[in-house]
This record gives sequence, C-alpha cells and structure tokens, in this order.
Amino acid sequence: MEKSLSAEPKSTSPATWSTQIWDWADARLGLSEVIHLAEKKRVPDHRHSFWYYWGGITLFFFIVMCFSGVLLLIYYRPGDGAYESVRQITYDIKFGWLIRSTHSWAANLMLASAFIHMFSAYFMKAYRGPREFTWWSGFGLLLLGMVFGFSGYLLPMDDLAYFATKVGLAIPAVIPVVGPWIANLIRGGPDVNAFTVSRFFALHVVVLPALFIPLLMFHLLLVQKHGMSIPESEERKPESERMSVPFFPNFAMKDLAMWLIALNVLALMASLFPWGLGDAADSLKPAPMGIHPEWYFMSSFEVLKLFGQWFPGEAGEFLGLILFNLGLILWVLIPFYDTSSKYGMRARLATYFGLFVIAILMTTTIWGYAVLPPTH
Amino acid sequence: MSKENLPSPAELNEDDEDSMGRRGFIKLVGGAFGACYAAAIGYPIYRYLDSPVEEAAQETAVTQVTLPPDAIHIPKNSALMFRFGYKPSMLIHHDDDTWTALSAVCTHLGCTAGYVPARKVIYCPCHGGTYNATTGGNISGPPPKPLTLYKVQISDGKITVSRT
Repeated sequence: MEKSLSAEPKSTSPATWSTQIWDWADARLGLSEVIHLAEKKRVPDHRHSFWYYWGGITLFFFIVMCFSGVLLLIYYRPGDGAYESVRQITYDIKFGWLIRSTHSWAANLMLASAFIHMFSAYFMKAYRGPREFTWWSGFGLLLLGMVFGFSGYLLPMDDLAYFATKVGLAIPAVIPVVGPWIANLIRGGPDVNAFTVSRFFALHVVVLPALFIPLLMFHLLLVQKHGMSIPESEERKPESERMSVPFFPNFAMKDLAMWLIALNVLALMASLFPWGLGDAADSLKPAPMGIHPEWYFMSSFEVLKLFGQWFPGEAGEFLGLILFNLGLILWVLIPFYDTSSKYGMRARLATYFGLFVIAILMTTTIWGYAVLPPTH
Repeated sequence: MSKENLPSPAELNEDDEDSMGRRGFIKLVGGAFGACYAAAIGYPIYRYLDSPVEEAAQETAVTQVTLPPDAIHIPKNSALMFRFGYKPSMLIHHDDDTWTALSAVCTHLGCTAGYVPARKVIYCPCHGGTYNATTGGNISGPPPKPLTLYKVQISDGKITVSRT
C-alpha cells in the first residue's frame, strides 16, 4: 500500500499539535511499525527469568562509561601531564572526584555484570544453535571490556597504575622469541613511560570504542533476531505451558527498574567509596606494598604466579599462559561440543565444565587475595 | 499462554475518568522522581563543566598585582605585558618618566593590543583600533570605548598596579 507523506490524522476529531507532530514524524520514519514490533515481541517468563536482566544492566553501565568518559576527556591530558591532570580532576575541578569515581566504579560493575551475564547465558545453554554468534560476540565484548579496563587503569599514571601495567606487560614478554618485541611495541619502549600513557589513551578512547560499539550492535541485533533463549527446563514443557510477557511495556518497565537499581548502586558506591589517587609514578621508588591487579585479572595473575613457582625460569609462566589460553578457547568453542543433545549427557558435561571453570576462577582469585603481603 | 499484561496505549485512551485520575497521579509522581534524578545528575555535571569559569571569576576579583622587581627597569618609551587576574595588561614607561598601566584587551572584539613606540599609541592589529597610551582613550578605528586604566604605585623600587 502506498503511503502518503502528508500528515493525515486518522480520526475526524481535531488533532492536537502533539499528534500532528507524531503523525508527521511517523509518516517519514515508520515509528508506529517499531512500536507495533515492540508490542508484538514477547519475552519468555519462567523461574530463571531474573538472569535475562544482566545483559541490560551491563549495557546500562556501558552507557554510563561513555558519558562519564567523555566528561573526563574534557580535563584529562595524556602524556607527561597525565598525573597532574588527574590530580586536578580529583582535587581541583568541582565534582571531578565524583565523575572519576563514577567512571571507575561503573567499569568494575560493568565487568561484574558482564561475567554474571556470561555465566547465566552459559548455564541456560543459550550458546546453542542458532545463537553461536551471540555467544562469540558476547565473549568478544567481555575481552574488549577487559582490555578497556587494563588500558584505562594506566591513564592516571599513579604508582599503582604504573606498576600494575609494568607487571601486566611482563606477561606477553614471556612468549619465546617475539614476546619482548611485542611488549616493547605495546609499551613504546623498554619501560612504562609517557609514550605508554599516550598509546593506551589512544587505544582506550578511540580504538577500543571503534571495535566495541559495532560488536555491541551486532550482539544486540542477534538478540533481537533470535529472541531470548529459554533454559532446558522450559524446553521440556509443551509449548502451551510456556509463559511469556510482552516486551513492551512489561519487560521494558522491569528493565528500566533494574537500570534504576543499578544507577542507585553506582551512585552509592561512587560517592561513599570514592576512587583514590596514589603518588605520581616513580620508577626509582619501590612498588607499593600489597600491589595486586584488579579483581578481574586476579585469577589469571595467580595462575601465572603458581606456574612460575612450579616450573623453573620463564617456562612456568609461558606454560601457564598456554594453559590459560587453551581454557579460553575451550570456553569459546562450547557451542561445538554441546550441540544437538538438548538435555542429554553432553549438556550435563557442559554444566560440569561450567561449574569447574567457576570453581577454578573463584579459588585462584581468593587464593590471589589471600597470599597478598600486608599493606603496612 | 500469556500473563495478563498492562493495557496497551490504545486501551488507555478508552479508560474512564477515575483511572485517568490515578494515571495522572502516577505520571505526576513519576515525573517528580525523574526531575529529582535529572537534577541530582545534572547539577554535578554542570558544576564540573563550569569549574574553569568559576576559577576565572575568582581571578577577576583580583584588585591588586605587584609586578616582578625588574619591571622598574624597563626602558622609556616601552611596555611590559603582565596579567591582571586573567586579563592581559600592559605597563607603559613614558618618555617623561611617568607610568601608565591599562588593560590590553581591545574593547572591540577582545584581541590583545600592543604598544607601538614609534607612534606612542596602543594599537590593535585585528581591526586597527588605536588608543591613547596615557589615558587609554579610543582614538580611531572600531573600538567603542577606552581601555580600562589601572592605578600605578611605586614604592621601594616595586611597582604595584591596582584597580582605580
């Protein structure tokens, strides 16, 4: 049917200015089709529905990161003046401490909710066909998120940032032959310096967003295309017994409520536990006592440390690195192992594997924190 | 099978007076909450962005500046640029050993004007505004008003410039 571009109120009653504007925009943008689609879209409703919100919560924190990041960009100066500019943001600029604290807390909360989202998707077996690309793109987003975290951590260039980056970049350096070359290229020299800050800055604010945002769009598009995955317990039920709610307004309103809770948690954390700033980085000073990576790197840090203790020289770290990457590959390729048999032996094996991975991550993380030397 | 869902927008229009009143109340409370959140987020962001403006405003409040010790030694028929608060300003040492201090910000469009020893005037290269070097009065060109004149005090070989 051909559509007219002129605003034609459907009813004979006099149209208010708001309906006139709506009709005008609708004729050009097809807004009512989108709303109709959103109203028709249904979200499964069952006892595991709670886990559906975590992707949205992760997205919410990402949006906060974008806004607070742009605000920090206004006063931040990469290179030699990095520490001084962050000191100004934290202590001189009005509410600068709050913006910075919000950015740091949102980063941690985003990764935490991304982990919850990934594991809930895993245990609901949401990675199975036809959602393999949703699983892979989600995993890619998590990895990019961690690189975001690592690169952003250096930018204040205080002593913790300096040594954390130094230790972090010593990891690729253990790869035989090419390792030191790769590490030098990332650092922009044999040691962490002002060049490292500048290139991490470029990575953090241009390269990573340019990769992250299209991948995020792809991920969301796939979620839209395939709809929500349902867990095995729901699949066993006949179609007629499965419950669902409309996406709009029911699910969208609950999603919004979750975002509000996330906002409140973020505001509380950022204002009650403001992110600190250490002394300016100084390569001549010994590393601060109790220095450790952020919690999301603690597990890999501890695994490498343990392998380093068990085997002589750099061979241990390298072996640890290989094992860790093998684990990651196994995790990513799970849709190929657990395929057709929906709740058979393979699905149970996948569950055990997931529990095993969580156990390893938890144990090594707790271990990592437990063996930290005292800070005083 | 589906759970009972909220009425669709089409159904809302058909609601009776009673529920419209309740709906209006919910809208009002929701709007008030929304406004509180917007204010709680907007206010820190506004102050954050406004911070340099506030700082500059504090500098504007400066009423007196003591110039570096070598200011007294500048030759006759020359000028020394300095900042009065954040404003570029100049100190002129005249041939008759008198001193003038004035704002160097052209009153036309805010370029920094400079002293021209050959003509003994203050000249703004942006649009050719010319000022009297002793009084700051606008002589020719587009400037609509004279430059702000400061008071110069010399004691113990130190020059202090203050608002008149």
